[in-house]
Amino acid sequence: MSGVAAALAIARKDLRSELRSKEATNAAVSFALVILLILSFAFEPTGEETHAIAGGLLWIVFAFSGTLILNRTFARELQNDALEALIAAPVPGWALFLGKAVSSMAMMLVVELVSLPVFAIFYGVTLVWTVIPVILLGTWALVVVGVAFSALTVNVQLREVMLPLLIYPTLVPALIASMVLTGNLLDGQTFSGDNITWLRLLVGFDIIYTALAVSLIDIVLVG
Amino acid sequence: MREKFIYVLGLLGALALVANMYNIFLVLPDEANQGAIYRIIFFHVPAAIIAFTFFFVALICSVAFLAFKSFKADAIAVASTEVGVVFALVNLVTGSIWGRNIWGIWWTWDYRITSMFVCVLLYLGYLIMRPAITDPTQRGTLSAVLSIFAFCDVPIVWFSIRWWRTQHPGPVLETGGLPHNMAMALLYNFIALLMIGTALVLVRLRSEHVQREIESLRRLALVEA
Amino acid sequence: MVAVDHVWKYFGDFPALRDVSLTVPRGACLALLGRNGAGKTTLLRILAGFSKPAKGTVTVAGAAPRDLAARAKVGYLGHGIAVWDELSAEENLRVFATLYGVDRAAIPVWLERVGLLRVREGLAREFSRGMRQRLAIARAFLHEPELLVLDEPFTSLDDRAIALLQNLLRDARARGASVIMSTHQLREALELASDVVLLKNGRVAHAGTRTQEMLDDPSWLYVRYGEG
Repeated sequence: MSGVAAALAIARKDLRSELRSKEATNAAVSFALVILLILSFAFEPTGEETHAIAGGLLWIVFAFSGTLILNRTFARELQNDALEALIAAPVPGWALFLGKAVSSMAMMLVVELVSLPVFAIFYGVTLVWTVIPVILLGTWALVVVGVAFSALTVNVQLREVMLPLLIYPTLVPALIASMVLTGNLLDGQTFSGDNITWLRLLVGFDIIYTALAVSLIDIVLVG
Repeated sequence: MREKFIYVLGLLGALALVANMYNIFLVLPDEANQGAIYRIIFFHVPAAIIAFTFFFVALICSVAFLAFKSFKADAIAVASTEVGVVFALVNLVTGSIWGRNIWGIWWTWDYRITSMFVCVLLYLGYLIMRPAITDPTQRGTLSAVLSIFAFCDVPIVWFSIRWWRTQHPGPVLETGGLPHNMAMALLYNFIALLMIGTALVLVRLRSEHVQREIESLRRLALVEA
Repeated sequence: MVAVDHVWKYFGDFPALRDVSLTVPRGACLALLGRNGAGKTTLLRILAGFSKPAKGTVTVAGAAPRDLAARAKVGYLGHGIAVWDELSAEENLRVFATLYGVDRAAIPVWLERVGLLRVREGLAREFSRGMRQRLAIARAFLHEPELLVLDEPFTSLDDRAIALLQNLLRDARARGASVIMSTHQLREALELASDVVLLKNGRVAHAGTRTQEMLDDPSWLYVRYGEG
């Protein structure tokens, strides 16, 4: 059985299910908007300093609202014990992981697609095309670590509390890189000089953690 | 037998520590730029090295647990991580005091201190997650995976924060090069603290062993009922 | 078909399975009996590939249960129905068809067999309990498994579903598949079973063919081994 076909089937199933219930994306989009609102009280939205930290603020929004989606990734399989059926099926661990990661990535991108224009409007920021690769790479880092830890904590008590506690310290390098790059690019810089180093860090992080997650997922789910 | 070894080790470490402190506080001269506060380096630096040593031990034991399903390895992993976190906190607190004395601020966001803070959070997550898992095999497995994730993150965290700091310069705690007598004092204190740390790990190991026995006896009692 | 060889399984220091050995030949139906906590679910979960034994070996169709080749041949029916609520009956089976490499054309056939063809486009969460159970049965049998692992399948099934399951199990055995099921519903299970194993405190207390005595008095085994 082709692992890729299995991964796609799982991703498709997640997205179809989410499309009908919209449970995770609704909550995440609302949360993103709420964070944007609250941040506007902490930082004067159209001030000079805020423009300088815009990159950082954006990723705070993405990272925090993202946990609502990432938490659900494996938790949604606990209903009806569907997780057992997935583990019992002849699906290679990497295919199950990638299927989940792809569907989570799609949901995260939906949330970001909604919050990005709102962010630009609220904070008077002009969006540039160059931030797109950074957003994709940074979101993938969030997703890979989030899905891996979602699998890790699926049977752990206090799962919703445990997940943010575990993923944020792990994501520090990726978040720093994404924040710095986004800030620099929104400021008009291009992919040159220091930005290349940050980009390399982000890509390296993505590769290392994707490899780690794929190789450890079987142990996490079965033991 | 085992207990005696722990006591002896701890005592030796404590004696070495006292001897070192005599050396550090009363024998060595003040440093040119920083005055007396630099002496904190003899605790600040070894604490960091020892913390990472124990985190590395935890990594090895985590891999050993996954490979051999040895609960002994799992016990050493959690004991090492706990003591490692304690030493990491010592590093943070001494760094904070140092910064307060030199720069007048309690927290300097120096890249090393920031990175150590992230590492503390990583392993704090490990320590908080463990009690939330009731089945010992699953607890060992998931903790082992977490330990691997955490240790792989350590170098990446250090590099990324350091790189970030070069672009956003801030206060730096200078450790610099040390003259011979100070370098030796550093080494001696490292050994003393390592001995104490190891004694603490062994003590923690025993309590972990007892805890597991209680768990299994409880399980056994419930079944027979 | 299934060979369990001196298997031990621990939860911490507590042995849930102690030196368990049994075999299930092709076409056989093994009823796994025992009190709650005897280790039935633990053993079945190992066979279905959810956990690994601490000691001993388990082979399913000649391979370890976790191997992809073995997993493709096993159908599992556990306590949960393992279907997705937001998907229709047909969509649910389509996912499993892809995962198990089954031709889509088989889906309407199975929906018909479990009596859900008429409601194929209904979402699983809209189904009644009995309909959900029948969907779960379709899911477990869809890929014509060579080994069926059933954990207390008759508990919480309505009459229609019980009759359906019994028929499907007979058909499966007729084409050479093996069945291993744990149960408290002694009568239904013993009617189907060709062999019986009684687990007591993680050990095999009795292993043998199903006898007439067991059929006449379903609780005979329990009485014999002091389970009351």
